[in-house]
Amino acid sequence: MAVSQMKPPQPASLGRAGLSGSRKTKNAVMGYLIGLGTIVVVAPLILIFGFLLIKGVGALDANFFLHTPAPEGEKGGGLANAITGSLLILSMAAALGILVGVAGGVFLAEYPRHRLMPITRMLSDVLSGIPAIVMGLVVYALVVRPMGHFSALAGGIALGLLMVPIVVRTTEEVLKLVPLSVREAGLALGLPQWKVILSIVLPAAGSGIITGVLLALSRVAGEAAPLLFTAFGSNLVNFNPLNPTSALPLEIFKGATSAYDENQRLAQAGALLLITLIFITSMLARFANRPRR
Amino acid sequence: MNETVLRRINRPRLSSKGDGVFRRVVVGLSMVIALTFVLSIVLLGVQSWPAIRQFGLGFLSTNVWNPPKNEFGALSLMIGTLLTSLLALIISVPLAIASALFVAEYAPKWLANPVGYLVELLAAVPSVVYGLWALFALKPLFQQFQTWLFLSNPGLAAQCTDLFNAGKTSLPCFFMPQVLVGQGFLLAVTILAIMILPFTASVARDVIRLVPADQREAMYALGATKWEVISLAILPYARAGILGGVILALGRALGETLAVAMVIGNTPELLKNIWAPTATMASMIANEFGDAREGLHRASVVGLGLTLFFVSVVVNLVARTLIVRMTPKGL
Repeated sequence: MAVSQMKPPQPASLGRAGLSGSRKTKNAVMGYLIGLGTIVVVAPLILIFGFLLIKGVGALDANFFLHTPAPEGEKGGGLANAITGSLLILSMAAALGILVGVAGGVFLAEYPRHRLMPITRMLSDVLSGIPAIVMGLVVYALVVRPMGHFSALAGGIALGLLMVPIVVRTTEEVLKLVPLSVREAGLALGLPQWKVILSIVLPAAGSGIITGVLLALSRVAGEAAPLLFTAFGSNLVNFNPLNPTSALPLEIFKGATSAYDENQRLAQAGALLLITLIFITSMLARFANRPRR
Repeated sequence: MNETVLRRINRPRLSSKGDGVFRRVVVGLSMVIALTFVLSIVLLGVQSWPAIRQFGLGFLSTNVWNPPKNEFGALSLMIGTLLTSLLALIISVPLAIASALFVAEYAPKWLANPVGYLVELLAAVPSVVYGLWALFALKPLFQQFQTWLFLSNPGLAAQCTDLFNAGKTSLPCFFMPQVLVGQGFLLAVTILAIMILPFTASVARDVIRLVPADQREAMYALGATKWEVISLAILPYARAGILGGVILALGRALGETLAVAMVIGNTPELLKNIWAPTATMASMIANEFGDAREGLHRASVVGLGLTLFFVSVVVNLVARTLIVRMTPKGL
C-alpha cells in the first residue's frame, strides 16, 4: 500500500534520467575525433604506397632487374647490383641472427635459473633499442678497420646483430607458450634435456620462431644507415662477401638524394620493390603465426 | 657381450654429458649478446677517445661544429635531436592513442583487424622509403605553403629577413621561412611523427586490450557514455603502459637517421625558425662519418654515436620498466 502512495517521479526528473545534451555531444565529438585520428594514422601508408606505385611501377622493367646503374647522367640501367647485394648481405645477416637469436631465446626460456640469464635478457632488450646507425659505427670498428676495407660481410654482421634481439624476444615468448607437460613427457621417456629441447620443444614452437625471424628480416632488409660504413655500396654485381657491396636501401638513399632524374627514377622503383617485398614478408610472418585449429 | 649390456645400463650418464655440451653451446652463443653490448661501448669509446680527451664533457655543452678549425661541440645537434623527437611525439601520441582506441574499443572486428594490420605495416616501412616520400611528395607541398606564407605577409617577411640576416629571430619570425626550399626542421618533424606512430599505437592498443572487462562494465552500469568509460575507466588504467609505449617511440625518434638526414638540411646550427635547416646527432653521423678522415673530426662523430648509445640505453630501460610494471601477471 505504502508503495502505491509514493509520488510518481516528476516529469522533470524523468528528463534528467536520460543523457544530458553536453554529455551526448561530447561523446559524439570524441568518437568522431578518434575515427578521424585513425584515418590520419592510416593515411600515410596508403599515400606512400600509392605514390610509389604511380612513380615506380613504370621503371620496374627487365632492365631494372638485369642491369647495373648507368654512369651518372646517362639513361637506362637498373639495380641488379643492389638486388643481388641485398640477397647476399641478408643471407649472412639471417645466418648470424638465427643462430645467435634462437640460441639466446632457448637460453632465456629453458635455463631460467642460470646466473647469466637476467643480465642477458636485459642486454638483449637494451640492444633492441640501439639506433641502427650506431651499430654501423660499432661494426665499422670491429670488422672494417681490421680488414682495411668495406665488405658485404661487415654489412651482414651489422644487420645480423640488429636481428638478434628481435629473434631472441620472439623465440623466448613462443618457447614459453610450449606447455611444461610436453617437456616433462619427453624427460619421462628418458630423453636427455638437449634432445627434448631440440626435437620436441623447438619444433613445437617452430611457426612462432619463423614469424620472429621473418619479422626481424623484414625490419633489417630496409636498413640503410648501418650499411653506409660497412657494405658501403658498389656499382658492380658482387657475390664475394669480402668486397664492398650495394643493397636496395643504400641505392634508394643515394638515388633519392641525387640530382639526376634517372637516379631518382631508379630509387623510386627500388623503393616500390623493397616495400612490396617487406610487406609480403610481414604477411608471411603473420600467416606463419596464425593459430591452427 | 657383457660390455655392451653394461654400456646400455650406463646410458643415462651419456645423456647428461650431451646436456652439458648443449648448455655450453647455447650459453656460449647467447654470450654474443653481452659481447656485442660490451664491444659497442669499448669500440665507440676507443674511437671517440681523442675527442673525449680534447673536449671532455664540454663536447656536449658547446655549440660549434667546425671541421677546418678542429672545433667540435654537439650542443646544437643534441638540441636538434631533442626538439625534433619531442615535437614529433607531441604530434603523434594523440593520434596513436586515437587509433589504438579505435581498434580496441570502437571498430567492429572486420574493421579492427585490417586497421591494426595497416598500423603494423607502417612500422615495417623502411626509413629510406619515408625519406624518399618526404623528399618527393611532402617537400613540394611544404614549399608551396612556405611561398604562400611568405607572399601573403610581405611586411613581416621583409622584417624577418633583416632579422635572420643579422643572426636574430623573434616570435612571429619563428614561423616565417627564410629560404623557400621546403625541407628543414618542420619537414623532419612531420616525417618523424609519422614514423613513430606505430610504436606508440601498437603498445597502446595492447595495454588497452588488457584493461579488464569488469572495469568497463562497471562504468557502463553507472550510466556512463562511451567516452566517459574511455576517459575515466580505460585510459587511467592503461596510463603507465601507454607511457611505456611513448618512451619506446621516443627511443626510436632519437636514433632515427636516414629519413631525417634526407630532409633536415644537415646544418649544425641552432634554430632561427621552424622551417630552417638544422641537424640531429644521428643525421650528422650519417652525413659526416664518411668524409671525416681527420682524427679529431672522426672521433667527434663517433662521440655523437657514443652519446646516442647511452641515451638510447637509458630511454629503453625506462620504457621496459614501465611496460613490465604495467602488464598484469598471468595475462
